[in-house]
Amino acid sequence: MQPILSLQGISYSYHNLKGETPALSDISFQVAHGEFLAIVGPSGCGKSTLLSIIAGLLTPESGSLSYRGKCLADCGTEDTVRIGYMLQRDHLFEWRTIYQNVTLGLELNHALTRENQDYVLKLLEDYDLYAFKDKKPSELSGGMRQRAALIRTMAIHPDLLLLDEPFSALDSQTRLNVSADIAQIIRNTNKTAVLITHDLSEAVTLADRVLVLSKRPASIKCEMPIQFSIDRRDPMAVRNTAEYQLYFNHLWEVLTNEQSVFQTA
Amino acid sequence: MNNPFSRRPDNMSADQYAFLKAHWRHHHIISLARLLLIVLFLGLWELAAGRQWIDVFFFSSPSGIVSYLYQMFLDHSFFLHTGITLLETVASFLLVTLLSLLAATLLWYANSLAEVLEPYLVVLNSLPKSALAPLLIVWLGTGTNTIIVAGISVAVFGSIISLYTGFSQSDPEMLKLIHTLGGSRLDALFKVILPGSVPLIISNMKVNIGLSLVGVIIGEFLAARRGLGYLIIYGSQVFS
Repeated sequence: MQPILSLQGISYSYHNLKGETPALSDISFQVAHGEFLAIVGPSGCGKSTLLSIIAGLLTPESGSLSYRGKCLADCGTEDTVRIGYMLQRDHLFEWRTIYQNVTLGLELNHALTRENQDYVLKLLEDYDLYAFKDKKPSELSGGMRQRAALIRTMAIHPDLLLLDEPFSALDSQTRLNVSADIAQIIRNTNKTAVLITHDLSEAVTLADRVLVLSKRPASIKCEMPIQFSIDRRDPMAVRNTAEYQLYFNHLWEVLTNEQSVFQTA
Repeated sequence: MNNPFSRRPDNMSADQYAFLKAHWRHHHIISLARLLLIVLFLGLWELAAGRQWIDVFFFSSPSGIVSYLYQMFLDHSFFLHTGITLLETVASFLLVTLLSLLAATLLWYANSLAEVLEPYLVVLNSLPKSALAPLLIVWLGTGTNTIIVAGISVAVFGSIISLYTGFSQSDPEMLKLIHTLGGSRLDALFKVILPGSVPLIISNMKVNIGLSLVGVIIGEFLAARRGLGYLIIYGSQVFS
């Protein structure tokens, strides 16, 4: 089956008057339909840059990007793949109610149809936020806000979800639950997702496959499929398995050791 | 004002009652001190004028001011002058708010234009506006228009600068969010920048109303037969 997203030899540098800073060097990978891919790497290695390129916010300096086999230059992203982007902070607007916040994307796309509104209300119900739909964001807890941000992203029916460390602003306990919740929602709706994180355990618990990036300029150091013999819904149970330890130690070694023996990419 | 805590309500603990009582007492002492200060000041002034410690011709006296005001009430000139100044101030304040909002929005929307115009805005803002007033008279005559324009000229440039600065300091992540949801820069303006800047716009308006009044008084100094600014100039010339 054709991959939903495929990158070939993507490179990118940031420019300012003092010179240029290479951020990405020769990144190639593919994401299959329905796959949950996690990308880990040291902080500041260019992970977010990579996501911005996939989202079409930045244009790569070399290499090519294709959605469902079609090059970005040939047609707009709208025709092929609809992308949903979840940022580090929820950025719910305080001057809007939760309902007005989650329908922001529909409003911007002039798609506030009866059908879409019903879909949003159903999502609010599914994620236990229906009772809060007329509240202001400041009245919600961190986990609820992040779920609201996910609804805002899901409301525009994205084919591909890009998650830019969406749990990093949460405290560790909430983070564990919310990340498991959100991963479950993504799996249940059969969405494809690319998650950026610097948290190895998060990557191992949530993803089907983990890509490890090197220090800046980032290149792919290693690629590792993740499989568990137990149901992944319970994040604590997953963390107690022997497989988890194995994956975690392996990735840890790759990340900390620059001269890695697992250079498979 | 009656003290609502003259008796402790049954459902209130003694400590809470003591706290509220202390708070109330403190509140009273502050108000009393404020009142005392102004009474003391006016009393001393009146005393000094009555005892000839100061020259009433230059320093006036509270009773003199009150009787002069009373006369102005009687011949209605007080309402005329205050009303005119108030009207002109409100007009120039509304125009300043409208113009600066439009200009700041345009500058935010067209970044390069803002870069080009920024030094000019700073120069225009620091220009002494009273120096402009004679020019305004030549251009616009000595009517209400001149005075309103004088009021605008004092407030508008600073207002544009502070609004534009506020607009451009809005969180770039929020703009990114609009972009990722498929919105344009115009969407960002109406969904993020303007609604997010409401507190800034309101505090800006508070500054503008004061500056408009200053500008209107300057205008009236030079080009009016009515209004508080005219009264000040008239009074200073006839030593009333």
